Amino acid sequence: MAEGEWKPKILGIICNWCSYAGADLAGSARTQYPPDIRIIRVMCTGRVDPLFILKAFVDGADGVLVSGCHFGDCHYLEGNYKAAKRMFLLKSLLRNIGLEDKRLRMTFVSASEGAKWAVVVKDVVDTIKSLGPSPLKEITR
Amino acid sequence: MAEKKTKKEHPTKKDTKTAAAKAAHAAKTPDKDLGKNARIGVYICHCGTNIAGSVDILAVQEYAKTLPNVVHVDNYQYMCSTPGQKKIENDIKEHNLTGVVVAACSPRLHEPTFRTATKQGGLNPFRFEMANIREQGSWVHMHDREGATEKAKDAIRIAVAKAALLQDLVPKSVPVTKAALVVGAGVAGMQAALDLANAGIKTYLVEKSPTIGGRMSQLDKTFPTLDCSQCILTPKMVDVGRNPNIQLMTYSEIEEVEGYIGNFDVTIRKKARGVLTPAEAEARGIVGGGCNGCGDCDTVCPVIKPNPFEMGMKPRKAIYIYHPQVVPLIYTIDFDSCVKCGLCVEACGEKKAIDLEMKDELVKIKVGTVILALGYDIFPVEKKEEWGYKKYENVVTSLEFERLICASGPTGGHLVRPSDGKTPKKVAFVLCAGSRDNTGIGKPYCSRFCCMYSLKHAHQIIEKIPGAQPYIFYMDIRSFGKMYEEFYYRIQDEGAKFIRGRVANILEDPVTKNLIINAEDTLLDRPMQLEVDMVVLAAAVQPSADTDRTRKLFGVSCSLDGWLLEAHPKLNPCGTTTAGVFLAGVCQGPKDIPDTVASAEGAASAASIPIHMGEVELEPYFAQCIEEKCAGCGMCVNLCPYQALSLVEKEGRKVMQVTEAKCKGCGTCGGFCPGGAIWMQHFATPQIIAQIDAFLLGGEQ
Repeated sequence: MAEGEWKPKILGIICNWCSYAGADLAGSARTQYPPDIRIIRVMCTGRVDPLFILKAFVDGADGVLVSGCHFGDCHYLEGNYKAAKRMFLLKSLLRNIGLEDKRLRMTFVSASEGAKWAVVVKDVVDTIKSLGPSPLKEITR
Repeated sequence: MAEKKTKKEHPTKKDTKTAAAKAAHAAKTPDKDLGKNARIGVYICHCGTNIAGSVDILAVQEYAKTLPNVVHVDNYQYMCSTPGQKKIENDIKEHNLTGVVVAACSPRLHEPTFRTATKQGGLNPFRFEMANIREQGSWVHMHDREGATEKAKDAIRIAVAKAALLQDLVPKSVPVTKAALVVGAGVAGMQAALDLANAGIKTYLVEKSPTIGGRMSQLDKTFPTLDCSQCILTPKMVDVGRNPNIQLMTYSEIEEVEGYIGNFDVTIRKKARGVLTPAEAEARGIVGGGCNGCGDCDTVCPVIKPNPFEMGMKPRKAIYIYHPQVVPLIYTIDFDSCVKCGLCVEACGEKKAIDLEMKDELVKIKVGTVILALGYDIFPVEKKEEWGYKKYENVVTSLEFERLICASGPTGGHLVRPSDGKTPKKVAFVLCAGSRDNTGIGKPYCSRFCCMYSLKHAHQIIEKIPGAQPYIFYMDIRSFGKMYEEFYYRIQDEGAKFIRGRVANILEDPVTKNLIINAEDTLLDRPMQLEVDMVVLAAAVQPSADTDRTRKLFGVSCSLDGWLLEAHPKLNPCGTTTAGVFLAGVCQGPKDIPDTVASAEGAASAASIPIHMGEVELEPYFAQCIEEKCAGCGMCVNLCPYQALSLVEKEGRKVMQVTEAKCKGCGTCGGFCPGGAIWMQHFATPQIIAQIDAFLLGGEQ
């Protein structure tokens, strides 16, 4: 790493059935994307407690990506709808505490959308890089 | 001594069950000492050069040794190989491990492999965690060794953090209902149903149209053998109709699906047919009554409609059968066009088979496994306006050609052109009509069987019409099957002319109704024009109209094109990500008849396994209630899409209770519970928080 070059810390929480499979497909197809994301797998985005995201920001994450199935395609019927609702509310909470809501992103990547996964990650990384390090890092330290 | 050890390693079923019961109980409440004294073994897989080519294995190994709770680190060329798995088995005993982490490929591929190895080593299989450093590591950062290596270190740190907090879990065994459901009764569904039935399994075969047979029954001949499609299909249709293990439900649709592998509760809408079968008539006390297919009603019915089976080129009445060989041979009333004049009731007479007031009926069935065989539709090729389909009468689709050339079709097998009934002499076949089309109008994929049936069509007109000349406009000829290439050469020898190039547009001579084709001959490298009597568009295929609705009922994903997605394209082509639901035939992607039948037999075999096993294991990712934390608010009860949660009275207050058989482990309840009272086994809040902390704080500690 070049001296002083900042690398964002981005947490991805993604569902086992669609987005994780999509991310795996990007791998099988050798689609290249930036490595600045770390993945935690859950069975469904419905499992994503807003607490996880807040904890990640408190811990110093620069961005969080939650990705699941397309609406109507959830392996568990409607977990993704519930997750989307929670993310929507959480974004408003983030704005209220003065954190750019763009640092939290929810996307929908299906098991067949390997190429889209790469585009999504690249876009998230670019967004976070343009925003710079999370201001929470200074406060919580 | 050796004997004793063997016994310990391979406990009897009874032992396992007792241990399982204890462990299951233990996992219900979070362990107070969870994570304390964890001893984790980490294994880094090279996957040949798949991982080692982009990840510095030794650097990762040195790093893993520094992680908390890690007591043993090893690396190996192929961890999934027998020696790789043996390492895990031996080390669990030697290093007294409490958890295992393998950094390799995707858990979606090899988690079961390493869980088995973990179990073989004497540890609960759910004490295993995988770090995906291939699909989401080395393969996507092939040219960024430093990035891939750093990511691998983090992925292992995250996995170790979770592994330290993992608990013993025991999969729940559920009994499997000894019955199967096949949706769609084309050749795929019929074959699958016959195989299941012949394996002794009660099989429900549900078909939305009034007869079975599907697309194959519309075809005239089949390539490359040129045997008559109905001749080989009809005996199969009859077999299906009379097999005592098959309960045939035609003119029926899936309405609702509940449950899970082994225990699907399916509601089927039996559409009002307006006509009673002999059995139904008997049930109503009409002795010797019911429809026997005599057709007296058909004769008197005054309503005339186009017959969709004949691609609208032949009429049918409001009370109809598609063709004489339908199974079951029972008439159907199209209530959308029936005027309820009652003439048919009169004509039917003493059989009393017709009930004009019949209503849809909902039937509930219980099955262990499901096969989807939803088939295909023809791409609406009029969208490609340049070819003039539905604008010029003499431009037809391949399926219309099948009916026109078929002896039982609207013209009795005499190929005539629709505009004037004349026999065409010059016929052009436009291949890839909507397939391999990236313009956004057509379909990007190859429809796979159009080349072959167009060759067959060319042969048929040469055979039937003396002096006829077929022209085949093609992009590539894909004669991919057994004896197919030979068939291609045969048609060439018979005199079909092949022109390589996509047809630019087709114009009509308004007087003669002849068609003028503008194309480019890409082999001669020049534009060309050709006047023909008739054009046949080898239209692309697309998923059948109901596919999207039905797949959502069963929770099956689809590809970007709408074809149903298999669990793994190579290793699990018949399965889906919904356990117990399998795919047969073209609904998965274009297939010709032999491939369709083969896939149906594969699906039938896969679907019969759980039924013959008698029970299946479900992954134990159930929600559990930590009762001392539960405030009894009931929010989770409403959130659960499976009605698996309820509030129960305990010691004078309300607490949540999980019905494990209904819980599928999505965690939607756990993601909301304001009190943190829900313990999602294997994805518990402390485990996920530990992963987040490990990623964001771990590296800097």
